[in-house]
Amino acid sequence: MKTPASTAPLQPAAPEILPPRKTKQLAGWLVLIAVLIVCSIRTKVTPYQLITGLPQMGSLLREMFPPDWSYLPTIWAPMMETVQIAILGTTLGGLLAIPVALLSASNLQVSRWISLPCRMILNLVRTIPDLLFAAIFVAVFGIGPFAGMLALVFFSFGIIAKLTFEAIEAIDPGPLEAMTAVGANRMQIIRFGVVPQALPYFMSYLLYTFEVNIRAAAVLGLVGAGGIGLLLDRALGLFRYDRASIIILLTLVIVLVIDYGSTIIRRKLL
Amino acid sequence: MKNTHTAAPAKASGSTLLSRLRLALIVILVAAVYYWSVQGMQFEGIQGTAGTVSRSILQGFLHPDWSFVYLAEGEDLLRGLLDTLVISILGTVVAAVVCIPFAFWASSNMSRRLAVSGSGKIVLSVIRVFPEIIVAILFIKAVGPGSFAGVLALGIHSVGMLGKLYSETIESIDRGPEEALIASGANRLQVLRYAVLPQVIPQFLSYSLYRFEINIRSATTLGLVGAGGIGTPLIFALQVRNWNRVGIILLGIIVLIILTDWISGWVRRRII
Repeated sequence: MKTPASTAPLQPAAPEILPPRKTKQLAGWLVLIAVLIVCSIRTKVTPYQLITGLPQMGSLLREMFPPDWSYLPTIWAPMMETVQIAILGTTLGGLLAIPVALLSASNLQVSRWISLPCRMILNLVRTIPDLLFAAIFVAVFGIGPFAGMLALVFFSFGIIAKLTFEAIEAIDPGPLEAMTAVGANRMQIIRFGVVPQALPYFMSYLLYTFEVNIRAAAVLGLVGAGGIGLLLDRALGLFRYDRASIIILLTLVIVLVIDYGSTIIRRKLL
Repeated sequence: MKNTHTAAPAKASGSTLLSRLRLALIVILVAAVYYWSVQGMQFEGIQGTAGTVSRSILQGFLHPDWSFVYLAEGEDLLRGLLDTLVISILGTVVAAVVCIPFAFWASSNMSRRLAVSGSGKIVLSVIRVFPEIIVAILFIKAVGPGSFAGVLALGIHSVGMLGKLYSETIESIDRGPEEALIASGANRLQVLRYAVLPQVIPQFLSYSLYRFEINIRSATTLGLVGAGGIGTPLIFALQVRNWNRVGIILLGIIVLIILTDWISGWVRRRII
């Protein structure tokens, strides 16, 4: 794929002035290939290993079938706990995100001394993955769904605040200017100028984050933060792959159902 | 609770009885959902020592264990971060190459029958719904713990995501060059090479870089379950409550992610 592609981009547009670009692209591909070689030496991951690893994967999949259907009633309650963790985590994260999003938006005349630190905090929060938050909160608050919920609160806060403040910055400035002209104070501007325009976006992002969080909540249990992941970890530890497969199947069904519902609501919102 | 205020007025601005009923129904439904979720959360599981633990964590974060950055015998921060970076690069590249046939399979303008592209789309979304961590655990069981399982997990999961983005790119290409080439007697391979690829490659690269930014975040957590990278020393440090070490590892992760985001953003701007 690499070598034929290297000369391809932009060729139809300007065939005469290509040479300097071409060498640059070639250099880019060469750098990539060099990086790849260094990487595969570093991790000892080679295409050969990839090919020899695949049959082992196949035998694992064979052990997973048929799934242990009798295990379904046992995993139903933890699965619901997973959904509850995701709902609460997303909602609290979303609520936390509202003030920070308002303070970060550049078109609401917030002092730079406030908006820049807010954005920096958001950027910092978003660098930390959900599972890391969960691992830390499990250490602080002990094993259980509360740690998982807190992890999702921080995780969703970062996503929702970032997306929402960008949506606020993109709103139509007309109503804001009109309200400023007639002497509205800042709270009034936010209530009647910003909220009606930004709320559908906020709701849509909230639902999107909920979709992400359901997937995240399903694996939080692997680090002890409640939900279905704990049982998955146990089933895998005991080599009960038939149980692991029913857990994974149920997770997939729940994720798909929630994705479907959330997509419908989001389409109605926007 | 907030959902209700938007969903209903947007749909029916006139306050007829029916729309009010609808609004009330949505309010009750949302309230019930929240009641159910709060009820399910067990708050009694919180440790009484949370206060002291938080204080020692804060202490640890304020005094990171700088000696962990480089250790002569290995298993230090720099090598952990390098492994994480390498895992995400390899995972992304594997996915970026493997997903190309899937993307062409799932694009509706590359085949005449809808069943072909439809089945491709279903395959991609099935791959996509598996969280990376679960894929990683399965691969650890199959090929043993280590970076290799991490690369495979990231690769497989990214195929689902990238395949979808790639196929959307293919679906949005300009048909002009393709038709011109067919008219002048080019075969399918030539059409692909001179009409399709030049249009999609820059976008493919851009999406792959975007995926790389996501993958490096995932790669930091893969080690928590034993799939290599910086997550492994992190989970050890967490288990023995060595907060100074946790602090330096988190700091390292943040710096690594900010740096790679910055580099990847720079490259992406140059591509498009």
